[in-house]
Amino acid sequence: MGAYIVRRLLQSLIVILGVIVITFIISRVIGDPVALLLPPEASPEQRAYLTKDLGLDRPLYIQLVVYVAKVMKGDFGHSFRHQESAMKLVFERLPASLYLSFVAVLLAIGVAIPLGIISAIKRGTIIDRIGMTIALFGQSIPAFWAGIMLIFIFAVQLHWLPPSGYGGFKYVILPATTLAFFVSAATARLTRSNVLDALDMDYVRYARLKGVPEFVVITRHVIRNTFVTIFNIVALQLGLVIGGAVITEFIFSWPGIGRLSLESIYSRDYPVIQATVVVAALIFVVINLLVDIVYIATDPRVKRN
Amino acid sequence: MKSPEDSRGSQQRLKLRKLFRRIPKGAASIILILLLCAVFSPWLAPHNPIEQNLGAALKPPFWQGGGTMDHLLGTDNLGRDILSRIIYGARISVIVGFVGVILAGAVGTLLGVIAGYFGGKIDAVIMRLTDIMLSLPFILVGIAIIGAIGPSLTNVVIVLGITQWVGYTRIIRFEAMSLSRSEFIEMAVISGCRWWRILLVHILPNVLNSAVVLATLDVGKMIIIEAAFSFLGLGVKPPTATWGAMLADGRLYMTVAWWIVTFPGLAIFATVLAGNLIGDWLRDELDPRHQLKA
Repeated sequence: MGAYIVRRLLQSLIVILGVIVITFIISRVIGDPVALLLPPEASPEQRAYLTKDLGLDRPLYIQLVVYVAKVMKGDFGHSFRHQESAMKLVFERLPASLYLSFVAVLLAIGVAIPLGIISAIKRGTIIDRIGMTIALFGQSIPAFWAGIMLIFIFAVQLHWLPPSGYGGFKYVILPATTLAFFVSAATARLTRSNVLDALDMDYVRYARLKGVPEFVVITRHVIRNTFVTIFNIVALQLGLVIGGAVITEFIFSWPGIGRLSLESIYSRDYPVIQATVVVAALIFVVINLLVDIVYIATDPRVKRN
Repeated sequence: MKSPEDSRGSQQRLKLRKLFRRIPKGAASIILILLLCAVFSPWLAPHNPIEQNLGAALKPPFWQGGGTMDHLLGTDNLGRDILSRIIYGARISVIVGFVGVILAGAVGTLLGVIAGYFGGKIDAVIMRLTDIMLSLPFILVGIAIIGAIGPSLTNVVIVLGITQWVGYTRIIRFEAMSLSRSEFIEMAVISGCRWWRILLVHILPNVLNSAVVLATLDVGKMIIIEAAFSFLGLGVKPPTATWGAMLADGRLYMTVAWWIVTFPGLAIFATVLAGNLIGDWLRDELDPRHQLKA
């Protein structure tokens, strides 16, 4: 088990390094930072000075090494737009993103897991079909359109909730619902197929043979044994949502890292773009790693091998 | 008397007929309508999709007061006909959906086959690459790349191709791995078959089913991503009619004209839903393991 964790840690490190290298490549594709930072009428001397100052006169591989070393320390340089470090900007916006993602995932769990479990237990019945149709619809609605429609119905028409912005709990309901659409659809489908797998297991058949009441079979045996897998699914969705909420944050003017990065892309503020991408990827990788560790820590079969 | 060739042909036809008997009819019709719209848009659309007519701006759909039969689904803020723009928008969605899937599917399947067949270091490198791609917030990365190289249809499709291949690699690798341990591959190796021939002739045809199922399920995803890019102003350049750009325009006029933002959204929703249904159907038909579960 220890060796496995060490190997997974190493793999995660490699992934993070790869992400950092990719952000470097993207920044080189985006354009010349000197041209972005200086006004067009700047003199050649000024250009030369800034090029040297930013280290852009050095060979590319040295620039890459310097960049990776700095990023490893959390230093992405200063934002071009704000006189602040890119990392600080990202960390200022991160809580809003985490808040939104957690509420969205909680909402999704509340809807999707019961839906998936019930559909599996009632496999083939009308309940199953309705449940899976709902999931299919959720999967097919583009999140940003769902968001716009929610604003139209609940903010513009009914005046129940604010259309956008950041504040009390009322503000988080619509964006979280928007995000939850897709997450719930995937979670419901995966939950259903996992519960179906568990229902086919010998221990379930045996419990039924023994005369254990069906309700107890489901709660004690089936759900308990699928719990770890379902936990995995949910955790992975959380990792996706934190970095994937760009458009939802844009529609609802939510001050998270998604909107920050979008603003940065429009203004070519690439230290901030790099910082956002790396932080989002880091969160995803850490969640993945934790999920794997929890998985082997909770499954006695893995421990034995 | 029938030659063996003939009976083989009729058997295949029977198989095909059996396959298509259970095709979801509604979904298939939606896809058919979409394809017709995309191919014949100049003939089907009642108006020029980019022609502005400020005198007829913000007309509601025909069944609402003030609407006319001339603009069945109303007009947008510049007086452009919504129905015509949706019909022309189908072109972009079809191109992006199909070309994007083919690109991503080709890259992903190839890498998956290579990783699964060779294993070892090659496999490890490709697998780490998929890990990296999975952990990147791809919408962000996609937007950043398009922001850099400029928004255009070609660039959107390229970005989809280079960011969406991971799913194929993971699944195809797994299948190629178990295939490469099977006897017929061993025989091929023993009989001196070159590695590229084994990959192309023996392994690829056997993993194609899974790739096709994944690709069908992915068409909708591609269309949604393109719409998202266009929605953010980073897709196909205006005034070209795309569903995503229509949503972006309509969002600003939501309070006075609900139809601008509603209809293109419904078009995306219907298309993606149909794609998912067809994908589910194909998976059930082509993948025997799934039949047991459903």
